[in-house]
Amino acid sequence: MSVASESVSAMSAPTTSHSTSPFAWSVRREVWEHRSLYIAPSVVACLVLLGFLIRIIHLPQTLSLLSQLKPGEQNLALAMSFVVAALAICVTGLIVAFFYCLGALYNERKDRSILFWKSLPVSNATAVLSKAAIPLLVLPAILFVIVIAVHLIMLGVGTAALAASGANSGWLWNAWPIFKMALVLAYGLVCMTLWYAPIYGWVLLVSSWARGMPILWAVLPPLGLVLAERIALDSSYLWSLLDYRLNGYLHEAFYFPPHLHGHEIGDPIALLALTPEKFLGTPGLWLGIVFAVGCLAGAIWLRRNREPI
Amino acid sequence: MSCIEAHGLRKNFGSTAALDGVNLNVESGRILGLIGPNGAGKSTLLNAVLGLIPYDGDLKVLGQNPWTSRDRLMRDVCFIADVAVLPRWMRVWQAIDYVAGVHPHFDRAKAETFLARTQIKKKSKIRELSKGMVTQLHLALIMAIDAKLLVLDEPTLGLDLLYRKQFYDSLLNDYFDRSRTIVVTTHQVEEIQQVLTDMMFINHGRIVLNCSMEDFEARYTELTPRPENLAAARALKPISERQALGRSILLFDGVSREKLNPLGDARTPSIADLFVAVMTENTSKGAAA
Repeated sequence: MSVASESVSAMSAPTTSHSTSPFAWSVRREVWEHRSLYIAPSVVACLVLLGFLIRIIHLPQTLSLLSQLKPGEQNLALAMSFVVAALAICVTGLIVAFFYCLGALYNERKDRSILFWKSLPVSNATAVLSKAAIPLLVLPAILFVIVIAVHLIMLGVGTAALAASGANSGWLWNAWPIFKMALVLAYGLVCMTLWYAPIYGWVLLVSSWARGMPILWAVLPPLGLVLAERIALDSSYLWSLLDYRLNGYLHEAFYFPPHLHGHEIGDPIALLALTPEKFLGTPGLWLGIVFAVGCLAGAIWLRRNREPI
Repeated sequence: MSCIEAHGLRKNFGSTAALDGVNLNVESGRILGLIGPNGAGKSTLLNAVLGLIPYDGDLKVLGQNPWTSRDRLMRDVCFIADVAVLPRWMRVWQAIDYVAGVHPHFDRAKAETFLARTQIKKKSKIRELSKGMVTQLHLALIMAIDAKLLVLDEPTLGLDLLYRKQFYDSLLNDYFDRSRTIVVTTHQVEEIQQVLTDMMFINHGRIVLNCSMEDFEARYTELTPRPENLAAARALKPISERQALGRSILLFDGVSREKLNPLGDARTPSIADLFVAVMTENTSKGAAA
């Protein structure tokens, strides 16, 4: 017996050990699982480019139309396609982020794979934060790369087409100053992500809590509250709060001159009027971030305490 | 050293007690079979040990509280909860990369050696693998982890006999080395009888029987008495009697072989037969009370 116990202690002493990075690997795992994170924006980017190419093919008509405009309006008309391309890709990203968050903590409980993840030394905090990192860090980075790539292709194709038709192509690069616009895009994406963080947080919380149909739990309670307020108090404070959260960020992050109303988003000059000090000074931003942090803390607690469905 | 130590462990789900004051002590280096009917509290006990659910009472796993120190504990504890929990979207190489990336005690070479002996391709998605292959993959991942405690909750559920046999053979030959502790639950009791060093019956959230296999062999005897000796055998107070092929088979607790051998054919019972006997007795006692 003593021989046996000696051999036990001898064998249990040396344990091989290597360094690990649970957070980075968990983020990678999420990207493996959710390929739509980069496929969906890429598909939209391809569609946008296709539309742009079709327009280029009809270049003579387009050019003759453009030449009737004043230079400022020329720039505006051209910049419009760049802004529309960027917006289409970013809105796709928002939709992808929403559905990602809905399933992030729900699906692993539904298919019971959570029991496998929990059999590994990855804490609930690491697991939830790595999932939150997808809409907060990974997706904005993906969107940035795709939008910049699309803009470069549009500029390249446009330059080539103008050169082929014998027109001067220099004004194209003036109408869309790519490096400045990359900074504007980065700023816009950072502001957008911070602004929508409470929505991501809320949806992640619902995802960790719901026993079924997380989409209904995520959408109906806020709408129900709005409706209840309307009926009970005949006011729409909650609705304006929701509306502000969904649509308010552009007006907090950028300055739109009043006379440009109508094509405000279309004017690259207007987009260059960044107002970071106004954005950072908005109470709504910080309240939203506090709410998001609270939701994530709740999601961590729920992931620890909830059982597989 | 104790691997698992519990005193007065309780867990209620609503008004039903899934664990009703469990006391247990599992030494390191044992292979414990946890055996009980459906709803007996096996999975609840294992979930408490693995820090998956909160509980009342005292519980120490490798000297730590599994609920509050779970993150640290999981470096030394591993489990297979069910055959179907590997994520179906994952590819085999991704599963290996991921576990290697997060587990400090994972030996990638070991996992790959084990997988090389199977038909599993590294590029396959887990959803493309058969049920048996998924279990092989899970076992390959788990066995490459240098853990102190391995918990297997119905690891071979739904597998055919060949895979089940292979599973326990691999576990014994390639994994178990007396420095580790394994706790396993299964309904295929007879298949793990040779594997276990200890066994524990659990029913209605209580431990009904807890003994080592040596004690089990010393304590319990199954006797098929010759017809003329049946009355004499019954006088020795068997804990159960059943009929097979027209003959009575009696199960004795703590009656020496010297007394039983002259009466007929005496041998060590199967765990399954003892299980049925103990559970029937337990249930009728419960009904009487």
